[in-house]
Amino acid sequence: MAETAHGVGGLKYDHSKRARPPEINVLIALVLIVLVFEALGALLMDQSFLFDTRGRFDSIFNEARLKIIILQVAIIGIIALGVTQVIITGGIDLSSGSIVGATAMIAMSFAQVAEVNGSPNPKAIFGPWAMDLPVTVPILVGLACGVIAGGINGALIAYTKIPPFIATLGMMVSARGVAKWWSKGNPISFPTDEYAAIGAGMTPVFIFIFLAILFHFILKYTVYGKHTYAIGSNEAAARMSGINVARHLVLVYTIAGVLAALAAVVLSAKNLTAQSGMGIMYELDAIAMAVIGGVSLSGGRGSIIGTCLGALIFGVIISGFTFLRLDAFYQEMVKGAIIVGAVVLDQWRQQRNASKS
Amino acid sequence: MSEIVLKTEGLTKHYGGVHALQDANFELKMGEHVAIMGDNGAGKSTFVRQITGVERRTRGKILFYGKEVNFDGPLDAREAGIEAVFQNLALADDLDVPDNLFLGREIIKFNLGPFSILDYKAMRKATQEALVRTAVKIPNIRNPIRNMSGGQRQCVAIARTATFHSKLTIMDEPTAALGVQETAQVENIVRTLKEAGEPLILISHNMRQVMDLCDRIVVFRRGRIVANLKKEETDGQDVVAYITGAKTQPEYEGAA
Repeated sequence: MAETAHGVGGLKYDHSKRARPPEINVLIALVLIVLVFEALGALLMDQSFLFDTRGRFDSIFNEARLKIIILQVAIIGIIALGVTQVIITGGIDLSSGSIVGATAMIAMSFAQVAEVNGSPNPKAIFGPWAMDLPVTVPILVGLACGVIAGGINGALIAYTKIPPFIATLGMMVSARGVAKWWSKGNPISFPTDEYAAIGAGMTPVFIFIFLAILFHFILKYTVYGKHTYAIGSNEAAARMSGINVARHLVLVYTIAGVLAALAAVVLSAKNLTAQSGMGIMYELDAIAMAVIGGVSLSGGRGSIIGTCLGALIFGVIISGFTFLRLDAFYQEMVKGAIIVGAVVLDQWRQQRNASKS
Repeated sequence: MSEIVLKTEGLTKHYGGVHALQDANFELKMGEHVAIMGDNGAGKSTFVRQITGVERRTRGKILFYGKEVNFDGPLDAREAGIEAVFQNLALADDLDVPDNLFLGREIIKFNLGPFSILDYKAMRKATQEALVRTAVKIPNIRNPIRNMSGGQRQCVAIARTATFHSKLTIMDEPTAALGVQETAQVENIVRTLKEAGEPLILISHNMRQVMDLCDRIVVFRRGRIVANLKKEETDGQDVVAYITGAKTQPEYEGAA
């Protein structure tokens, strides 16, 4: 069987030759981090991190903490879904945090109620025509903001050939300017009940999970996904294969912008207010989630599943530090170290792969 | 067999002041394998880039199966039936073999514009058929290309042309970076193309390979065609003389 030893025309499908998906490593990291907090909890706090030791809940888990872990990463997680796609094309998006700020302001000003406790809305931006509108209006306005901002990002990168870092840095500064200019720095508050419902309770989590499943499917099973990986993997090859790279990049950055805008709608609904400083540093958290989840900054590799695991790692660390009653400064220090560590790991993995072949 | 597959008339490409290609008149007949030889910078790759639509020619005519063509890009050329295997391979490292074979022309289940659903099963099946047809051996087609040897990658790139029954195959130094065994494998694929009567343009620096695989040798020098030699009427030394500029065929005299 000399022929099958080499494999004839790929007729053989050898499971042992299949590489372990990198998401497994992220999952292992997640479990390890949880175990560290469990151990520290048992040692220092005399209670469990994730399990219900005091009989407060019906299940064996500490449901309150599980909910908080996922709730606090859901909104940035929505942004990270878009950032993941951008990074897979080999790009970067620094503007998502500012798009959140601008979109939150603009969308919220179409979601206000006319009267608060019988008196006119003190934070009103527009006249009565923009009050008590159906909830679809602020949502569509918000999404339009995302399309415009993301579309500009994509068009700049695709047609002027400037590096994504610069294009989205420009958008980061400009969109923040829009957020401040929109209401001259005043917060915008008192949304309609329907709008507030978008961010109430666990709704942000459901929105995040729905979008994660949707984009997992899109990246894995559609032409769009295939071309996204192809461009990040070898842009010249993608071009020579006849992929319209410019048009595709515009689409990817537009989708990232729309996801940031969606996050803004959810965030402003959850907070019942919009402020020009909303979303500062969100872009870096979103990038960090993707990178921790195994999305390679050099493009071509990564997945939505990885990013979701990265987001969970993020949530576990934040909750863990709160659980141990450590100050927020420590959180940031450790967060920074983890981001750098994830990139170092990625480089190391790449070098090992390169030396193998 | 005398039908003309490809004909160029006065094909010219200038990069600013650099005249990379000057008045190339070239002909390729049905079932013919033609080698293009020449020193580095002689205009071989430039010539191919004009034919495959990667670049826009400065002037001149390209006739493909008797019809004048103006390709807007490589996809256009590919749709017309010109398949090119480029020097830099043009494979996406992170994708597997079927993905690369069908890159830019995926088989789809439902058409939803850019979000059309891929038909992985059909693509895998077609890939296996193509690999069997070209006798290319790949241990596992679902591994990313990154993990494959140079020869395997080259074979994937060439299998791509075989999958789509191209009307013209162009190979730009397909064995430049390969070992002895891998080169032999690629040459075998070229021979199967010859048996199938598929026309081929082969760019190569390898004299033995050219003499082995091709019917005719066209020599480029400093952006111009300087010789058009039948394999039976020439030998290695003769070709080298044309490449280096020691000789020029009389009909190309005025050009060089």
